[in-house]
This record gives sequence, structure tokens and C-alpha cells, in this order.
Amino acid sequence: MKPLFPTRYHLSGAALAVLLTVSPLAQAEISRGAVMASTCFACHGTDGKSTGAIPSIYGIPADSLIATMKAFREDLRAATVMNRHAKGYTDEEIVHIANYLSNIK
Amino acid sequence: MKTISRRKILKALGAGGALSSLGIAGCASQGVMSGKAAAKVVVVGGGFGGATCAKYLKRFDSNLEVTLVEQSRQYTTCPGSNWVLGGLRSMDDITHGYGDLNSRYGVKVVHDTVTAIEPGQRRVVLAGGQSLSYDRLVVSPGIDFRWDAIEGYDASVAEKIPHAWKAGPQTRLLYDQLRAMRDGGTVIIAPPGNPFRCPPGPYERTSMIAHYLKTHKPRSKILVLDTKDAFSKKGLFEAGWAALYPGMIEWVPGSSGGKVERVDAATNTVYAQSGMDRHKGDVINIIPPQQAGQLAQIAGLTNDTGWCPVNQQTFESSIHPGIHVIGDSSIAGAMPKSGHSANSQAKMTAAAIVAMLKDLPVISPSHVNTCYSLIGPDYGITVAAVYRLGDDGAIAGVKGAGGVSPTDVPHQFRTQEARYAEGWYASITQDSFR
Repeated sequence: MKPLFPTRYHLSGAALAVLLTVSPLAQAEISRGAVMASTCFACHGTDGKSTGAIPSIYGIPADSLIATMKAFREDLRAATVMNRHAKGYTDEEIVHIANYLSNIK
Repeated sequence: MKTISRRKILKALGAGGALSSLGIAGCASQGVMSGKAAAKVVVVGGGFGGATCAKYLKRFDSNLEVTLVEQSRQYTTCPGSNWVLGGLRSMDDITHGYGDLNSRYGVKVVHDTVTAIEPGQRRVVLAGGQSLSYDRLVVSPGIDFRWDAIEGYDASVAEKIPHAWKAGPQTRLLYDQLRAMRDGGTVIIAPPGNPFRCPPGPYERTSMIAHYLKTHKPRSKILVLDTKDAFSKKGLFEAGWAALYPGMIEWVPGSSGGKVERVDAATNTVYAQSGMDRHKGDVINIIPPQQAGQLAQIAGLTNDTGWCPVNQQTFESSIHPGIHVIGDSSIAGAMPKSGHSANSQAKMTAAAIVAMLKDLPVISPSHVNTCYSLIGPDYGITVAAVYRLGDDGAIAGVKGAGGVSPTDVPHQFRTQEARYAEGWYASITQDSFR
């Protein structure tokens, strides 16, 4: 599959390189993305790694996560409960969460 | 041995809260820990709130010294306990240990009972004689029952007529009574008024007992004598009951004689309407009115409502600074008292504590709650919400978000939510205990 947003992917790669040297868990300051994404983990598993029937959500490109959350929010994508959840988040919040989740290995 | 060595360490580190806080602030900015005292956070109560908080404190700041105090070595969850009653799960399936919190995250787990909290000394006293000093304390003591609320129903009667609203031996007692009941018997379930732990719980229980009876004792009936005139996901539950258990369940609202006022354990009879209505049950399940867990009361963390007022951003007690109260015991705005709420509050509180200890601004909290209920093994429903801190300082649901499962959907939707209910249980117990 061709990258649709090559610039974004490039930035994600750079961010990842930084994160590889510093574990996200040992950072001095907790990012807003880390705090907000932690609320996803009750259903999707710690770090978005599900052990059950609910899909895992880690390591997915941020753009895909953002597009999916927005589609849930606008009822453009079918879901059981995610469309009800997605309506609770602004564009900015979705970006924070997606960036954090996309960088989890 | 362990106790003595910990006491020695505490003595060696016993520099007082303010000094420790300064120490950790210095460490954080330099990123060097060796030779300096880590800030100490003690978490009391190993349910969804306490276990999650201990784990996420270490995840957010691995330098913290986090001690979890819980009297039991294993925790049996209330979520899933109705599935046990219905025959869908075993007790083992809903019982979890604390080993992973220690081995994976470095949480010190102490199995003991807290006998006193000394807010002035910032110290927790344990029954075993040990005391633990803290820079910040988190208590997650769950619920306690108001034994004076229903005449004739107290802790000793509950050994015969179970509440089963704390999972474990009480769940097994109700399970055994249902299995021993004759076909054609009547099961009485009496839910309390608001607020109480797990608002949809009594109705999922009704559903799961109905599933068992339909399968094994189809001539039996369930009488739900409710204190309230409405309940969580009422429309969805009633539609599910009509579809799966027609004629088996009768729900009586409080205004029509549902409020149980007296229990006579000798004759297995409950009374309502000032004694005018009496109902004899073959199996009776009384879910009494509730208040904050006993520890919260002993520690003076409750107000006249029986629950604990907190700053709803940090969950720090409005009564005792330095102590955070999370989970069912806390007054948390619009959030229901649920394992999921406690898990969410635990994370926001962990993040707030890490920031406060480093003198950094607290990130504005975001909460989620999803209550899955099974009406049948392949029939699941949900109520969900996303919460933020309102300008008035109270946690409120985000407008336009959340709500209950839709009504006009194909059965496949209910089946999918039933599968996700199982997935939710697998995930939240992993996220809280492992």
C-alpha cells in the first residue's frame, strides 16, 4: 500500500526513534496523550494490547486511528459502542490519543 | 523478617513528607535516582480502583515507591459474578491475584488490614503492628452496607439470605441456594435505591438467574421488589426479558409496593407497604443500601451522605489533604459506582499524584465508563459515557456522547455486544490486576 501521507509517516518515524531511546513509561512528564489513551485500556487492554474479543489498538499509524475515530464519531462507520465513545472527543484530543497509541510497540 | 526490614527502611527514609517531595522533585529534573529517597505512595484496597492505581503510579513514574495494602491474597470481582450465578463462568474465572503487580511493575504488595490512618503523621497503621509512612495515600475501600436500613436484615442474616453484592463466599451461597431450589420456586431479588455499586447489576443478575431457571427449572418465577421506580438500561432489560424469558420475571417499582421494609429470615418472607404486602421466597437476595467502605468511615473521610467528598480533578479528599479517595466510596459527580469508573479514576489519580509530587500542573482528567450487561449468553447490552471535569468542579458527562445500546437493531448486534462483554472482562481485569 502506498503511503498517503508521506510527510506524516516521516515525522512518526522520527518520533519513534526518540521513543526507542527513552521508554514512554519513564518520561519525566506524562503527556496528555498518555493520560487520555490510558482510558482506552480498560476495554482494549493495557497499552492497547487486548487479550480478549475487543480489538487491539496499538502500533497502528496515527492517521488510520484518527480517520477511524472520526468515522465512528460521525456515524460513518458501524460500531457497537465506539460511536458513542468517539463523540466524547475533539479533533485535537483524538490526535493526542492516536499519536500516543501509534508509537506503542 | 520482611516486616522488620521494611520498618528499618522506613526509619532510614523517614525524612517526612515535605523533604521527600523536595527530594523527588530534584531527582525528576536530573533523572538520577541513586542515593535519594523515592517519594512514597501507599494504596489501600486491592479492588479495581486500588490495583489499577498502584500499577499506573509505577507506569507513570517507575521511581516511585508504591505499596499496595490489601487484606486478601486473591480478589473475586463483582463483574462476572452474575455470570457465575447463571452458570456461564466459574468462581476461579473471576478470581485474580496480585503477583503480577509486583513482578511486572514493582508494586510492593502487603497483605494486611489497615487499623488506622494518621493524616497528621502521614502514616498508615496495620493490624500486624507495622506502620507505613507516605507522601500521598490512596484509599479505594469499596462499599459497606447500611445494616440498619431494612428491619430484620443484618450481617448475620446475610449468612442465610445473601446480598452477594461483594463477590466471593456470598456469591457461592446464592449460587448454591439457586441450585438447591425446586422447580416452580420463587426467587426474590430486592435492589436498593440510588446511589449504589453497579447500577445495572441487579438487573443483569435477574437476567442471569432467569437464564439458569429457564434452562433447569422453567416453572420458576423471579420477583424483583425494587426500591426505585426506574433503573439503568430499563427499556433494554425489559425488552430482553420479554424476548428471552416471557412470563418469568415480575418487576415491582417502589411506588407500587416494591420497597422491602422488613425481612423475616425464619419464614423466608419479606414485607412491603408497612406490612400490608408480604412475599414468601424460596430464594431471597437482598441488596441493601450502601455507604463508603468501612475504612473511609474509620478514617473520617465521609460526610453526612455516607460517601467521600473529593476534589474531582485529583480525587484528593476535601476533608483530609494528602489522602485520595477513589472508586465506589468517592463522590465523583456523574460517574456511576462501577469497576470501570474505579479503573478510570485510578489512572487519573495516579497521573495527578505523579504531577503533584513533582510540582507539575495536573493534566485535566478524562474519564470513561462502559457497563456491559448480559441478558442472555448471546444477548449483551451497554451503557457508556465519556466524562470531563466541569467548570463547577464536578465530573460531568460529555454532552452528545455515550448513552445506551440502540433499540431497533438486528439480533447480531446483541450477540456482538455479548462477545464484547466477555472481551471487556478479559481486558479490564488484565488492565487492573496484570
